[in-house]
Amino acid sequence: MELTQILTIAGKEFRDRIRNRWVLAVALVFTVFSLVIAYFGGAQQGSVGFRSIEFTIASLVSLVIYLIPLIALLLGFDAIVGERERGSLDLLLSLPITRFELLLGKYLGLAAALTLSTLAGFGLVAVLLSRQMSWDGLFHYFGFMLSSVLLGLAFLSLAVLLSVLARDRTRASGLAIATWFFFVLVFDLLLLGALVGTGGRFGGEVFAWLLLLNPADVFRILNVFSLEDVRTLYGLASIVPPSMGSPTAMGAVMLAWIVVPLGLANWRFKP
Amino acid sequence: MASTFLASDGAAVSLRGVGKHFGALQAVDGVDLEIPRGEIFGLIGHNGAGKSTLFKMMLGLVSLTQGEIWIGGAQVGGRDFRAARRHLGYLPENVVLYDNLSGLETLRFFARLKHASLAQCQPALDRVGLAHAGTRPVREYSKGMRQRLGFAQALLGAPQVLFLDEPTNGLDPQAIRDFYATLRGLQAEGVTVIITSHILAELQERVDRLAIMSAGKIQAVGSVQALRERTQMPLVFELQLAAEDAPAVAQALNLVTGAMPEALPNGLCLRCPRAQKMAVLAALAPFGSRVLDVKMLEPSLEDVFFGFSD
Repeated sequence: MELTQILTIAGKEFRDRIRNRWVLAVALVFTVFSLVIAYFGGAQQGSVGFRSIEFTIASLVSLVIYLIPLIALLLGFDAIVGERERGSLDLLLSLPITRFELLLGKYLGLAAALTLSTLAGFGLVAVLLSRQMSWDGLFHYFGFMLSSVLLGLAFLSLAVLLSVLARDRTRASGLAIATWFFFVLVFDLLLLGALVGTGGRFGGEVFAWLLLLNPADVFRILNVFSLEDVRTLYGLASIVPPSMGSPTAMGAVMLAWIVVPLGLANWRFKP
Repeated sequence: MASTFLASDGAAVSLRGVGKHFGALQAVDGVDLEIPRGEIFGLIGHNGAGKSTLFKMMLGLVSLTQGEIWIGGAQVGGRDFRAARRHLGYLPENVVLYDNLSGLETLRFFARLKHASLAQCQPALDRVGLAHAGTRPVREYSKGMRQRLGFAQALLGAPQVLFLDEPTNGLDPQAIRDFYATLRGLQAEGVTVIITSHILAELQERVDRLAIMSAGKIQAVGSVQALRERTQMPLVFELQLAAEDAPAVAQALNLVTGAMPEALPNGLCLRCPRAQKMAVLAALAPFGSRVLDVKMLEPSLEDVFFGFSD
């Protein structure tokens, strides 16, 4: 494996996203949404303005679960299939570069763009709200940022897998939207339906472990368990066993969600 | 490996019993081929004849079901082949390069991947006539300019074997002439060129040898002239004659074995076996200047192609 080949591909992907202002646009979206949520999130309860870091993170978790998977899937769905449609995939693979180096370079370049936009977007919010947050609050906020990055990387990994499997960009985009729909909207409903449908006869803990099959839920668990006050805001906290509360364990699960789809993509990657 | 590429006097490209099937479909079937160093070699065939698959197999993009391919002394798919790729140039058919990069940035990107010097990029642009457009984004390029940029990309790293798939798509006549002049220059430097084109007239005078593929098999290999001779297609003479001389000339030509004269508005058209060429000329000699003009037409490459592929 040649690192220079991976970095060349990654550098091009990253520069492309900087140049077409993708990173800037996504960072601004994160910043604006976060500030709106931080200041107006309590409007329904009759108060406007920054309330607490716990409340802000709880609100942002809901935002991030919808937004980041969608952005990551849209970012990565044509990573490989786009090259294939352009006819440049054969050209790239005729050079002294392996499929794995190409795949990893693509992933790392896109991951760098997504990470930068996430950190810049939410980081700007942290700067703007830093005077109203304690050091402890800032620590939890950075934990939230890190888990957001991991969530984005997990869905980006899924997007690259879809990009390898799809025959053309149209199918790849359809698969990306379907994947978002399944993990963000349908998965929890299915679990909840199964839980209710079985009348809770098949232990709730099993369902809790099934949440690990969804990176969006892993992200939610990571953040729900990080703060005592936040935990109480989520009904799911009541069915998640304390053994799943370890940030390290959940971080490892999230890493698996990054590595496994990429591994599958490499296995299925044909010119 | 880099130093041993094409170090021996062996063939630049060697295919031995190469085959590929996709399920029940035999895309390439038992292909044997030797292409010596410094040759411009054409590969022609109908759509679906297997030439694109064979091209990709030679580049290591499609795995072989049977046989082996050697390029410059390195076996395709073998341990040395990665290093050997540095000495290959490839221009795929209808490739779309990156719209948001400039021509120069595109070449720098590929030069890095090919481990070629970045200093080669501007000269490569000059060589294909894009020196003036190097800093413009590729999205502003015409189809012909994009094709020339693709060719410049293939020239990076001073390749020893060039694979060009329909390289003149979108080029105007002057650019096509310049392109083939560049190929001749590369040939003089010892570069081996393997080229496909649907425009057979274009290849006719420009390749040293060619292979005709059909149904996954090589139907014939050789120079255009050798293939003409193998097809045994008749030569065609067009004779311009005064109307009153045509019957006498036709009578004389009827005595030549296998010759079949037909009347034309201003003379005769004659088809005859290649071996009877001199006999035809001898039959015409007594008529002297009464034969106003003689055109001898060889079968075109298109005729040869259909002769072998049908």
